[in-house]
Amino acid sequence: MSIIESEQSGAFRRSKSDTPFSAGLAEKAVAGLARLGSRYGVLIAFLVFWQVASEAGWLNPAVFPPLDKIISALWNGIAGGFLLDDVAISLQRAGIAFSAAVIIGIPLGLFMGQVKAVEHSLDPILQLFRQTSALALYPVFILLLGLGEASKVFVIFWATLFPTLLATIGGVKQADPKLIEMARVYGASRLTIFRRVVLPGAVPSIFVGLRLSATTALLLLIAAEMIGANSGVGFQVMNAQYNFQIPLMFAAILLLAILGLGANYALERLQGRLCRWNQLSR
Amino acid sequence: MTQGQASGRGEVSIRDLSKSFSLNGRALNVLRGLDLHVESGQCLAIVGASGSGKTTLLRILAGLEAADSGDVLVDGAPIHGVGSERAVIFQEPRLLPWLTVIRNVAFPLEVRGVSATEAADRARHYLRLVGLLDFSEAYPAQLSGGMAQRVGIARALAVQPELLLLDEPLGALDAMTKMTMQEELTRIWSEEHVTMVLVTHDLEEAVYLADRVLVLPKHKGGVIRTIDVDLPRPRDRSEPRFVALRQSLLAEFGLH
Repeated sequence: MSIIESEQSGAFRRSKSDTPFSAGLAEKAVAGLARLGSRYGVLIAFLVFWQVASEAGWLNPAVFPPLDKIISALWNGIAGGFLLDDVAISLQRAGIAFSAAVIIGIPLGLFMGQVKAVEHSLDPILQLFRQTSALALYPVFILLLGLGEASKVFVIFWATLFPTLLATIGGVKQADPKLIEMARVYGASRLTIFRRVVLPGAVPSIFVGLRLSATTALLLLIAAEMIGANSGVGFQVMNAQYNFQIPLMFAAILLLAILGLGANYALERLQGRLCRWNQLSR
Repeated sequence: MTQGQASGRGEVSIRDLSKSFSLNGRALNVLRGLDLHVESGQCLAIVGASGSGKTTLLRILAGLEAADSGDVLVDGAPIHGVGSERAVIFQEPRLLPWLTVIRNVAFPLEVRGVSATEAADRARHYLRLVGLLDFSEAYPAQLSGGMAQRVGIARALAVQPELLLLDEPLGALDAMTKMTMQEELTRIWSEEHVTMVLVTHDLEEAVYLADRVLVLPKHKGGVIRTIDVDLPRPRDRSEPRFVALRQSLLAEFGLH
């Protein structure tokens, strides 16, 4: 009923507002700008302040080079190819670790969330592992796996696993017992209940874990590359700083921010597709 | 597609039923030596104060809980757990939020292995019956409380049960919606010829819907009474006999 009513009143409004087309367009443009301003105004002001402050010497340009220098360093790095190589190797490390964490974390989490006894006896050791900083364990992984790719990937995997695993367990455990009972009444087997009631209900929670894992993966990637690597974006940040190529250093930092935003955006889109229903109730 | 059931189905016989729970180590008798018979196609309402065991009785009939002792027979056969001849309408709609309305109604059919097209056909039929065919593709979050409950009713009817168990199905709705839904239930009940057992705390609802009202006593060991509602349908809430029956039910609880 309410849908129909609002549609009718909408049509009513449209027919009443017979302002000239151009005025309507200008109004729209102003409204659009206002919306953009309220969302990105502070960000733009921050960037403008950076540029001006650096050029005017309010900030030490040796430490905070103007934005145009950073952008041109980024462009040179990408056009020259070496930054792209760093991005590729970094994405590979984080990608393998993240994929492994997802492939192991989600099924293990689903299993642990379903079988109380397993969750009950594994939870203490999981909590211990989770609270132990992965970076503190990095030397152990280096001892075990050497200084090569394996230890780097493993330390990222280690830190990335827990957010996904714990969020999956949580999502399964908080399945609505009333919905499960409803399915039982209609003769659903345990497997059907899991597949059609528990699992779909856990998806939003799993996505929270995935997004946290993606952020963690990038964080650990940089740390691992700063400690023991001779390639990758994290290495580039460190290396540029050693060589006092500060614009390049900021270019690499900017690249990391873009990677993080990109990963988050991709997961958000996927979540939006898989859990349309969950956005409706907000 | 077969709509409704042949008469002579959905008959309930309960003999000497007892059920107790343990609460803090003490046994709590909820039902003791209950006998009950519901004829096929009848609507029985169960009323009683909270803690009188009315919901427990319904859950035993649904197969969600087992009785301690006694016999529960549906169509002469003892029940073992849940069964495809019984469906439950809960107080909450209990819709799966990630499925559209039509998929929610089709859900129990899909669970039972009915083909997707037939399940969708049947779901559409029952959505039309509850007046929500236009909302087939909506998600539960987009529905009002009354609409969501109607979807729950359509879902229960779609499995074409012989015995429909209703656990305070309108308890969460506002007064206006509730009265509309009571009329709807009467219409659906007469169209589907299904046996209904309705648990409610709303005495007027019991008189409006039921052929017979079972009054569970507040104190254990009290007398279980049944009151026949011999009024033609559709019922008029302001008719003297309706009012008198409601008053006599109120009197059962010491209210006036």
